[in-house]
Amino acid sequence: MTAAVPSLSLRAKSTNARVRPYVFGALGLVLLALVWEAYKAVGPAEGVMIGDITVLPRTSDIAMPHLWTMWERLGEPVTSAAGSPALWFAVLQAAGFTLGIAAVGWLVGVSVGMLLAIVMQRFRTAESALLPWVVLSQTVPLIAIAPLVKRWGAQIEVGAFDWEDWMSVALIASYLAFFPVSIGALRGLGSPDKAHLELMHSYAAGWWSTLLRLRLPASVPYLLPALRLAAANAVIGTVVAEVSIGLRGGVGRMMVEFASAASGDPAKPWAPIFGAVLVGLIAAGVVIVLGLFVGRYRRGEVSA
Amino acid sequence: MNAVEVTGVSKVFRVAKGAEVVALDSVSLSVVPGEFVSLIGPSGCGKSTLLRLIADLDQPTAGEVLVFGKSARQARIDQDYGIAFQQAGLLPWRTVTGNIELPLELHGVGKAARRARAQDLLALVGLSDFADRYPDQLSGGMQQRVAIARSLAESPELLLMDEPFGALDEMTRERMQTELVRICAETGAAVVFVTHSIPEAVYLSSRVVVMSPRPGRIQEVVTVGLGSAGTRDDALREDAAFFASVKAVREALHGDAVHEKAPHSVRGVETR
Ligand SMILES: Nc1ncnc2c1ncn2[C@@H]1O[C@H](COP(=O)(O)OP(=O)(O)O)[C@@H](O)[C@H]1O
Ligand SMILES: [Mg+2]
Repeated sequence: MTAAVPSLSLRAKSTNARVRPYVFGALGLVLLALVWEAYKAVGPAEGVMIGDITVLPRTSDIAMPHLWTMWERLGEPVTSAAGSPALWFAVLQAAGFTLGIAAVGWLVGVSVGMLLAIVMQRFRTAESALLPWVVLSQTVPLIAIAPLVKRWGAQIEVGAFDWEDWMSVALIASYLAFFPVSIGALRGLGSPDKAHLELMHSYAAGWWSTLLRLRLPASVPYLLPALRLAAANAVIGTVVAEVSIGLRGGVGRMMVEFASAASGDPAKPWAPIFGAVLVGLIAAGVVIVLGLFVGRYRRGEVSA
Repeated sequence: MNAVEVTGVSKVFRVAKGAEVVALDSVSLSVVPGEFVSLIGPSGCGKSTLLRLIADLDQPTAGEVLVFGKSARQARIDQDYGIAFQQAGLLPWRTVTGNIELPLELHGVGKAARRARAQDLLALVGLSDFADRYPDQLSGGMQQRVAIARSLAESPELLLMDEPFGALDEMTRERMQTELVRICAETGAAVVFVTHSIPEAVYLSSRVVVMSPRPGRIQEVVTVGLGSAGTRDDALREDAAFFASVKAVREALHGDAVHEKAPHSVRGVETR
């Protein structure tokens, strides 16, 4: 009868609302670039100091290269050695490497987080026993666990399987990724109304059916932001762990290597930073695309 | 064998430390197969509690609840009843069809059989054109009709309904009542129907159970002689016999008030 009208207006509104964040995101980037160049143009050469503390950086070409210098640098070879690939290519390769490890870490983290949440949802006692540890786990600094993981990993050797450094990095990434998922999923699994739970009870549905048909679908609106956070955490975890474990091939190690070239080639260290940003954007994008596939589970968000 | 046999049932809720609410006090009631029985009374008199005990969503403190001769629990496991509440309670991520299919899916009915059953039920509640809509695209009345279709999915011999039309506007409500009468005539199911509207109770029921609060008790059972479900239609609402029954139920409710010298105790009951 009249149902077509609200559904249409609903859809129109949601596309508008979907595009807006990207527009604002792009505007934010432009603004950032403008602020960078503006400060470089008018800021004092020695930076802004309060007492002995530098609150704003020097504006020299070494401390703050022009954006277009950074851009041009990407097109030039990594080093002056013959056969050196273009910087953009090397960065892209490193970004791909980092993205791969972050993806493994994300998958492991999401699986562990989901599993923990389901166990905690199922058993009240498990929640009170596990939840404090889950929260506590995130207070251990990454720098502290990286060498530990590497050392423990080195002792693992099962038949043909050999623990490699990239696995340590992925494990650390998963360590950061599982947390938001376990918390988000725990809230989501507990989110169904009493009425819906009683309906399932009246159908004599067991715990497993209720999980599959009610709790999991109901937790999607809670899970998506958690997955996004987990993706960001996995990327950060991977980059930092690459540095602290000393794994070559990714943007983390590249940042350290290129930083030493900063004085002679100030635009070069920025390239792996852009690479890391790219990895973060791709990771976030994948989760957004994932969200499009489960659109119908987010209807609860729209209807009041 | 009776569809519902409630014998000496009491339900006491322990609210705070020491404090107790006697929601039901030795209530007995039987519902024969195919019969439409309404529970009416001021809010807090234990109507929902009684329905929930029959549905095995709660357990009685004392007494016995039998559904088709079995314990309420067994009847729930055997899916002997369908249930509908004031809130439609549809799963927002399932289409109308998906929602109706839910109980069938849970009990292992094959895909083709599910589809066919959902189509029949949608036709029954007049929503065939909305099969692929999502609940948030439907009006409140439509959602409630889907919920009723869902409660009928497994052809239960007993329907338990707790103010299913309570959230609807008057117009929709009367149309839904007419439809429910027709559906009951077609399916032959017994119904226990909670309401706080006297005309609604009289229009739908063969018997109206009038309850009183604190503690929840059955005050009186009014038999409505308006003919079988198949012969009821909108004209009935203007009928003298209809008004006579409305008057009888109202007096049963007010009798309690006079008795207690506390007229406010019938608050929450619509006497329109
Ligand atoms: N889960 C509960 N815990 C405590 N008290 C309850 C609970 N459910 C119902 N009651 C109390 O039992 C009485 C009857 O409630 P209910 O059956 O919902 O009444 P009605 O449906 O007739 O309005 C009320 O006083 C209510 O406060
Ligand atoms: Mg009630």
